[in-house]
Amino acid sequence: MNTPTKLSGAQIAWRAAQDIQDGSYVNLGIGLPELIAKFQPDGRSVTYHTENGVLGFGKAPAPGEEDWDLINAGKKAITLNPGASFFHHADSFAMVRGGHLDLAVLGAYQVAQTGDLANWSVGPKGVPAVGGAMDLVHGAKRVAVITDHTTKDGQPKLLRACTLPLTGMNCVTRVYTSLAVIDVQPEGFVLREKLPELSMDDLARVTDAPLHLDGPIVDLIVPEVSND
Amino acid sequence: MVNKLTTLAEALEDIDDNAGIMIGGFGGSGAPIELIHALIDRFRATGHPRNLTVINNNAGNGSVGIAAMIWAGMVGKIICSFPRSSNADAFNTAYRSGDITLDLVPQGTLAERIRAGGAGIPAFYTPTSAGTELANGKPTAVFDGKTYVQERSLKADFALVKAHQGDSAGNLTYRMAARNFAPLMAMAAKTTIVQVGNLLPVGAIDPQAVVTPGLFVDRIVAVPDPQQEEFLVREGAVY
Repeated sequence: MNTPTKLSGAQIAWRAAQDIQDGSYVNLGIGLPELIAKFQPDGRSVTYHTENGVLGFGKAPAPGEEDWDLINAGKKAITLNPGASFFHHADSFAMVRGGHLDLAVLGAYQVAQTGDLANWSVGPKGVPAVGGAMDLVHGAKRVAVITDHTTKDGQPKLLRACTLPLTGMNCVTRVYTSLAVIDVQPEGFVLREKLPELSMDDLARVTDAPLHLDGPIVDLIVPEVSND
Repeated sequence: MVNKLTTLAEALEDIDDNAGIMIGGFGGSGAPIELIHALIDRFRATGHPRNLTVINNNAGNGSVGIAAMIWAGMVGKIICSFPRSSNADAFNTAYRSGDITLDLVPQGTLAERIRAGGAGIPAFYTPTSAGTELANGKPTAVFDGKTYVQERSLKADFALVKAHQGDSAGNLTYRMAARNFAPLMAMAAKTTIVQVGNLLPVGAIDPQAVVTPGLFVDRIVAVPDPQQEEFLVREGAVY
């Protein structure tokens, strides 16, 4: 059995980065979403927010140049772009819940066809950790998810209904996966792009919920990019 | 103006068993390591304070700061948003053995509950956690067609906070992202205890630059060249 090609985490982040509009204010979740800033297309000015109280941060510092009072939500060292600002946590989450961010991009354990998201708890066996995710799903004008299309053991992550504890209901508007780009609309998942070599049947096999079509399906073509 | 200057040991001597303590910091940035370690010193010398409720964004990292409090056995409960860290062994061990209870609060709700506690607002409504397990048992209300969850304010007996500049009247500035929860916690505790890296004469801090006005601060301790939790964790320090 040949393993179907899929996008790497960095490639999913690259694809998500192409949709970030010039002039927008964006929060990137911990982990894979953090990579998106690296692939921001040239010529666009994007201001990144991190919930621990920084607006307008830039690239990671060179090794040895870290200042550990200057970190992002993932506790990684960052640098500042001109025009950056600091603020306390209540102001930071006023930006989030007050509808002042254009986009939040989060990771996911599961996404439901209703736009429900599960990304904070694997149930009673694990140690739960919610962080800012439950706040971020409310308020940002768009909430996108980037994720592998399936779990490590091949189970679908795009479901009719989430089985893990929810982070938020009806909140996700677009999902970028290792196989496809999918919008969440009132009728459910609407397929926008898929890897050209992947058949509809292949995609349906690893997606629990139905994939609706609304217009042509665009080939999902992403260059080789690395995450270092 | 009242002179609020004191020493590390004196600043902490009335923290009793079962106290609720807000501790500033987000990961290592803003963690008041010297205040925390002085409290551990007191516990090791006297057996008190114990069974503390710690309120922080996280639940400690490595074997210093809040993690060292947990290893020492002083903490009965943690109220936080994100107990995961690069080395959360202290919390995970105590949590799995049942020695510590966890009250998990979404980060923005945690910040707003603390702000409300300091601002005299007993409860507020937020969309955060609506329809999730974390809203179980909480009243909800619909405003303009959307469901919101009622959250109660959060106060504490003490706040331990790290500031960059401070004066003996308690006016504070913070260094970069080390500000995080500190200005909120300083408002929400009965007694706010601050370690200050640069202690300046009253009047030396530009009033326009003051982030926390001295009114919110009860005790000031000068701690020049404070330790940075992230460095300690990376070098494997054990307190």
